[in-house]
Amino acid sequence: MTTKIELYNFVLRLADDNLILAQRLAEWCSCGPILEEDLAMTNISLDLLGQAEDFYEYASELNGEKSEDELAFLRSEREYYNHLLVEQPNGDFACTMLRQMLYSTYAKFLYEALLNSRDEKLVALATKGLKEVKYHFRHSSEWIIRFGKGTKESNERTKNALVELWRFTSDLFEMNETDKVLITSGISFSLRDIYPLWKAEISNVLEEAGLEIPNSENNIIGGINGIHTEYLGHLLSEMQFLQRAYPGAKW
Amino acid sequence: MTEEEKLNHFNSLIERDEKIEPKDWMPEAYRKTVLRQMTQHAHSEVIGMQPEGNWVLRAPTLRAKKILLAKIQDEGGHGLYLYSAAETLGMDRSEMIEQLHEGKAKYSHIFNYPTLNWADIGAIGWLVDGAAIVNQVSLQRTSYGPYARAMVRICKEESFHQRQGYEIMATMMNGTTAQKDMAQDAMNRWWWPSLMMFGPSDKDSWHTQESMHWKIKRASNDDLRQKFIDKTVDQAYVIGLTVPDKDLKFNETTKHWEIGDINWDEFWNVVKGNGLCNHKRISHHIQYHNEGKWVRQAVMSYSEKMNAIQTAASI
Repeated sequence: MTTKIELYNFVLRLADDNLILAQRLAEWCSCGPILEEDLAMTNISLDLLGQAEDFYEYASELNGEKSEDELAFLRSEREYYNHLLVEQPNGDFACTMLRQMLYSTYAKFLYEALLNSRDEKLVALATKGLKEVKYHFRHSSEWIIRFGKGTKESNERTKNALVELWRFTSDLFEMNETDKVLITSGISFSLRDIYPLWKAEISNVLEEAGLEIPNSENNIIGGINGIHTEYLGHLLSEMQFLQRAYPGAKW
Repeated sequence: MTEEEKLNHFNSLIERDEKIEPKDWMPEAYRKTVLRQMTQHAHSEVIGMQPEGNWVLRAPTLRAKKILLAKIQDEGGHGLYLYSAAETLGMDRSEMIEQLHEGKAKYSHIFNYPTLNWADIGAIGWLVDGAAIVNQVSLQRTSYGPYARAMVRICKEESFHQRQGYEIMATMMNGTTAQKDMAQDAMNRWWWPSLMMFGPSDKDSWHTQESMHWKIKRASNDDLRQKFIDKTVDQAYVIGLTVPDKDLKFNETTKHWEIGDINWDEFWNVVKGNGLCNHKRISHHIQYHNEGKWVRQAVMSYSEKMNAIQTAASI
């Protein structure tokens, strides 16, 4: 199959987004503002980890050589295709919730579009993931509204988070050779199609929260080509520690 | 009813093994004892998230990470559940947390030990949760209704925790030399502190007698400890771990394992605050509780505003 390598790269992109964001959310473990939210963030992290595992399994099947753990834990920084947004540090709780809302909205429309893919496995994984990301969207968008309308401090923190994170949002809609091939073969679709949907949904939430999309021309791109911010390397060195320190050990 | 009649009624409920429920009259000392035990239990679940959380970002496989995260989430859930059950005795959660921060409320001394390698996650599941289960199974029959019911629910999840901990140990004992060394190292560090979790010997425990009389406690510290030892020593041998006790021997007559002396000085030293992590555990909890203050304020402010809008609309 001529699209196999592209499909593999695309599936890795989906897996990496889920894994890296799951890892970030797991950092909140025992650090939440209230116990209920500590648990909610662990819960979302677990959902994403489950999705990552499914995508890595599929990638491993396409690759034929590497196991899902080898793919998750033994690649170098330049071989991760996750978006820049998901690797950004947690910041405060407003920043984490905003990152979650921006990503979950994207994932929601992405999975919905993938329901029409000609690749059955992708359809199955998107179906499964969709239920979860809809819940993540609801959870995070409710927080953004609460913060926007809550106190002066919560409003300001959310505004700051918007300024901080907005610059990474166009990266979500970047496409490369992988997309070109997969679009032609009906496996994927143009991300330009979901951009207006994403933007409308985000605008709705922000409007309800009394917040605005920042007026910023500052766009940073690179994730899907393996070009990352400096944060990813540190995240990986922690995550990969045991696999790197004890090569060949089974856990 | 007179005070005396109330007390007689309470005692007869205890006598007949019936549960005391939140609305029932109870002696103040009973209320205080149960509340102390339940808040301590709740705090232990929550503080216990920290030593395990210390490895969640470094879990070696996707499966291991998922299991550990789920386990920590369970512990937090137990904490939440126990806080709610404890609130039936008339103290709210924020006050319980305040007492924890002020050092007035305790949590299990075991969480003041550090988790230094991945096998510690196995040891916590297998030994620490294993010891907790023995205690909690017995507490399913405790006399305070909400506590007993919380224990029934919690025990189901704890047995899964113990299995996953044992699985980590077994996998590592089946692995490379470095992995076996880590597993034995974890065993050496966690064995004795786990035995201490049951508390001082019955003859030295001033809480035991009163608690047994009211059926808050249903078995003595030493009996529970023995139960744990008997089931755990064999499990250690099966996977090739050495129990770090040169005096350990099997008594053919009693059919029990007999252990050497527990170093209670170490226990009291850790309880008094000199464990490697006492300071860190509490300051961590205080730090993130304080950092979350603005979030809690925003929640309150938002709900007040929404209520005001609803009220205005209904007028």
